[in-house]
Amino acid sequence: MYDPTVARLTYRALLGRRRALILGALPLLLIAISVVVRGLAGADDQTAADLLGGLALATMVPIIGVIAGTGAIGPEIDDGSVVYLLSKPVKRPTIIFTKLIVAIAVTMVFSAVPTLIAGLILNGNGQQIAVAYTVAALVASIAYAALFLLLGTVSRHAVVFGLVYALVWEALFGSLVAGARTLSVQQWSLAVAHRVGEGDLVTSDVGLPTATVLLVAVTVLATWYAGQKLRSLTLAGEE
Amino acid sequence: MAVEHPVASPPGDQTRIHNIGYRTYDGPRLGRSYARRSLYSQSLRGAYGLGRSVKSKVLPMLLFVVMCVPAAIMVAVAVATKANDLPVEYTRYAIIMQAVISLYVASQAPQSVSRDLRFKTVPLYFSRPIETADYVRAKYAALASAMFILTAAPLLVLYVGALLAKLDFADQTKGFAQGLVSVALLSLLFAGLGLVIAAVTPRRGFGIAAVIAVLTISYGAVSTLQAIAEVQNSSGSIAWIGLFSPITLIDGVQSAFLGATSAFPGGVGPTNGEGVVYVLVALGLIAACYGLLMRRYRKVGL
Repeated sequence: MYDPTVARLTYRALLGRRRALILGALPLLLIAISVVVRGLAGADDQTAADLLGGLALATMVPIIGVIAGTGAIGPEIDDGSVVYLLSKPVKRPTIIFTKLIVAIAVTMVFSAVPTLIAGLILNGNGQQIAVAYTVAALVASIAYAALFLLLGTVSRHAVVFGLVYALVWEALFGSLVAGARTLSVQQWSLAVAHRVGEGDLVTSDVGLPTATVLLVAVTVLATWYAGQKLRSLTLAGEE
Repeated sequence: MAVEHPVASPPGDQTRIHNIGYRTYDGPRLGRSYARRSLYSQSLRGAYGLGRSVKSKVLPMLLFVVMCVPAAIMVAVAVATKANDLPVEYTRYAIIMQAVISLYVASQAPQSVSRDLRFKTVPLYFSRPIETADYVRAKYAALASAMFILTAAPLLVLYVGALLAKLDFADQTKGFAQGLVSVALLSLLFAGLGLVIAAVTPRRGFGIAAVIAVLTISYGAVSTLQAIAEVQNSSGSIAWIGLFSPITLIDGVQSAFLGATSAFPGGVGPTNGEGVVYVLVALGLIAACYGLLMRRYRKVGL
């Protein structure tokens, strides 16, 4: 199910040249802000939870997920070079699975690791906040990567739709309509984090069983369907 | 190796060049300013998908509608309830709808420049009589105009609605004018930032993500820091933190000089002195974007 060559190519497409720098800029910014906040406000659990929840989990993880998830397959489909990959004797679900693993790994490295570091800087893991949000970021990375990888195979405008989901649906509707929160990767991962965290600073609107089932279902279904889409991929000409 | 054929050269003078009717162009040469105007109008149309495929019309038109519908609803409410004032100030509207504006600039800025880079059409532009400055100005002006249309249209809806609801004419006109100045500044700033980021990468998807990342992350970071400063009772620093993200920059400018209420935590906008700094930073950023674009297109062999 895992093809090292495809993985190597995907890593190079995602992290080659200047792209790793841009991907790395976001986590660096988060850590820089944490240092500033720690200097300004001192160690405070509520502040740490606000910053990690508002900036790291709500904004940074989805954006890195979009870049890594759609970037793993989107550009290849876009410029047509995916036919050279598809014409090799590699099963298409294998290609998708490999790209998913790579996208998950990249998202985790660039989102969960900085979240942990930022949490440790902010309050030294008081009330397990840093670990809780890191777990949330890890879980969210898997679901986001699978979801956005699927979008990358479905649409040419995957990045836009991914961002619309991440920013408009989760952030805007999530804050206005309570029901939208049940259908949000962010809330599912928060439910998992709630289990890890000690106090009541990490809360979620979704129960843990629901969240787990939905997370697994979304990841598996998205990966399966992406494999199906790739099996019957037609390359449309440039608009 | 090709086999050497003996060249059958007939004696006598049989060879001649036929005149097959090539003609030189003797129509009017429309020149540099015409090329620049065409590039401007085509880019502006392209920003709304006009003259392009149906698929590429969907997103900009959808965002335009999403931008205008809340204004129409507010007007309807104001007319129905015979309110004395619109539910939202003209200057506040763009701040509320910033997610839509960000998405628009993120999707259209790469559309405007990344494809030229990717399909290597930029050298073709420069084989026409236009220069680097013309290309940059035309693209910048086109995206800024498109943004202005996007942000000013809902204000127009609000204004017309306010007049229909018989609200105070002088008051509404003043507010409308202030709102227009603010969205004009916002359009220039956002278009500049979007183009600078998009001009770096020939990949459209990557450009979109990069523009959105810069706009939302900077806003997220700034508003988080401002909220913390508010809690820490250091409200003096709130205004200075606001300098570091485009949307709070616009917010600061308009609450200092255009009679807007600030969306900053605590509702304290910058004072007049700080407002001058805001204006300078905003204008400086616009100039810097223009300068960076000029530098980017000095050499476009890629």
